Amino acid sequence: MESQPSPNTSRQPDHGLADPGALPGPRPFLEFAAKKLLYTAQGKEWLDIRFQLEKGQTLAIYGPSGAGKTTLLRILAGLTEVSKGFIRLGDETWLDTANRKCQPTRRRAIGFVFQDFALFPNLTVRKQLEYALPQSTYAPTTTPAAAPPSIDELLSLMELEALQHHHPALLSGGQQQRVALARAIARRPSLLLLDEPLSALDDEMRNKLQEYIGKIQHRYHLTTILVSHHLPEILRLADTAITLKHGRIETQGAPATVFGKTVPATSVSPTQSVSTIPISLSATILDIAQEDNHYLITVRCAGSILDIPVAPEQAAPLAIGQTITITFNASSPTLSQQP
Amino acid sequence: MNDHLTIDWQPLWLSLELASVTMLILLVIGIPLAWWLAYSRQRWKFAVEAVISLPMVLPPSVLGFYLLLAFSPGNGFGRFLADHFDLRLVFTFPGLVLASLIYSLPFMVNPVLAGFRGLPADWKEASHTLGKSELVTLFRVLLPNIRASLITGAVLSFAHTIGEFGVVMMIGGSIPGQTKVASVAIYDEVLSTNYPLANRYAIVLLVLSFLILLLVYGINHYYNKYKTLP
Repeated sequence: MESQPSPNTSRQPDHGLADPGALPGPRPFLEFAAKKLLYTAQGKEWLDIRFQLEKGQTLAIYGPSGAGKTTLLRILAGLTEVSKGFIRLGDETWLDTANRKCQPTRRRAIGFVFQDFALFPNLTVRKQLEYALPQSTYAPTTTPAAAPPSIDELLSLMELEALQHHHPALLSGGQQQRVALARAIARRPSLLLLDEPLSALDDEMRNKLQEYIGKIQHRYHLTTILVSHHLPEILRLADTAITLKHGRIETQGAPATVFGKTVPATSVSPTQSVSTIPISLSATILDIAQEDNHYLITVRCAGSILDIPVAPEQAAPLAIGQTITITFNASSPTLSQQP
Repeated sequence: MNDHLTIDWQPLWLSLELASVTMLILLVIGIPLAWWLAYSRQRWKFAVEAVISLPMVLPPSVLGFYLLLAFSPGNGFGRFLADHFDLRLVFTFPGLVLASLIYSLPFMVNPVLAGFRGLPADWKEASHTLGKSELVTLFRVLLPNIRASLITGAVLSFAHTIGEFGVVMMIGGSIPGQTKVASVAIYDEVLSTNYPLANRYAIVLLVLSFLILLLVYGINHYYNKYKTLP
């Protein structure tokens, strides 16, 4: 049995992953620091990441495959071991390699939604959620943030009442996803971990499920870490974002800034368009800002960030994270020979 | 004339009794063993797997010979049991049970192990993230999803115990009501050239074995076809 964490004890671990609890100022809700050797297709690489997260915030982890996104979530959940690491959530120390402390997965108050959902085929939807409720025989060292929501409340929130007596095999991908989400929050975790939760779904289902995730975040005020490849999803759900590359943090900050930084912004004024040839491109809305008498829509389109002024009635149906089609008129076409 | 053709059911009952006891004990020790082999991160667990599977390739007489040496009161282990527990394992039913456990162990462990290995790794992990212990995970998530493997293991270890002969001959002999099982009874009848009675025993065993295998393949067929349903 591990000793109870003492939140106010200051110490100087020798691994360089200092417990920032010793630092002055208010402590963030989650502190994470880990080093681990990764074996990737490109060879060995060190995962070396540290970050902090405030309570109730949603952090998106973005990056190419093999950058260590899923490993990061698994380290948080205690499913993957690290060489050196420190994880503190609230007053609980989950991992402190310098003091040989590691809480097993089942004692960390997490909700984990796996990429393939990991539903148990032998249990119906309702039984699946009941299974996630704390047992009387087991006393968690991590106390849940509040009393767990009732099964009926969760079923109704995720619109699963009609399916509650079905087995997972009979459900569609989107329905299974909702069950996985409901199951992950049934024990009212302190930290929700989503591993590319919507990657297996088509666009329509993806949009719908983003709504559900937004709904539970709002309802239960959950601190969430979301691994995603999908920019609109990040812009819609995350308060802050980290991009990973080769096991390290490349950029960090507000999603619109993080994904705006990589390419210089170009300003296009609609009055410049003179040509009659329309070009349509798919774009993702990063930001919507109200100016004096119009709205400025910031979009990511063909690798560039564009600011497009539109009239208020045009801006009304738009939402951050939405995928839209932009039609340009080519103003000054240039020709070049193809190789 | 009729007397020497009358089938003595006792060896058959003894076979069934031995097989049932063996199967039940093997369920209790085989499941944790298979679980350990499937999920332990011990580097040398492959060696344990090899030892468990040894009875599958070893001539039964070899296994029986060494068990005879081990169990006999003249040797260390046998003397220890006789002195401290007043337990004799040579030419007794408990000795047959112990030998059958070793002999049929791989037939229980291997199907269950294959069942565990066939499950997606993240089911177990998901159960842990829901705050559940290894034991709860085993009984509520893992075992219910390898029911076909459990039935296969149980039935195969039962059938394999019914069919054992070499080991029984070496350490059990042919004591009626004690160690004379059906396979030994057939051998005895053949030795006394009572072929018709040997044939009766043989037919019963043949039919029984066939029905058991029919059951195993039927269950597997059912689960493969309707795998996703409970």
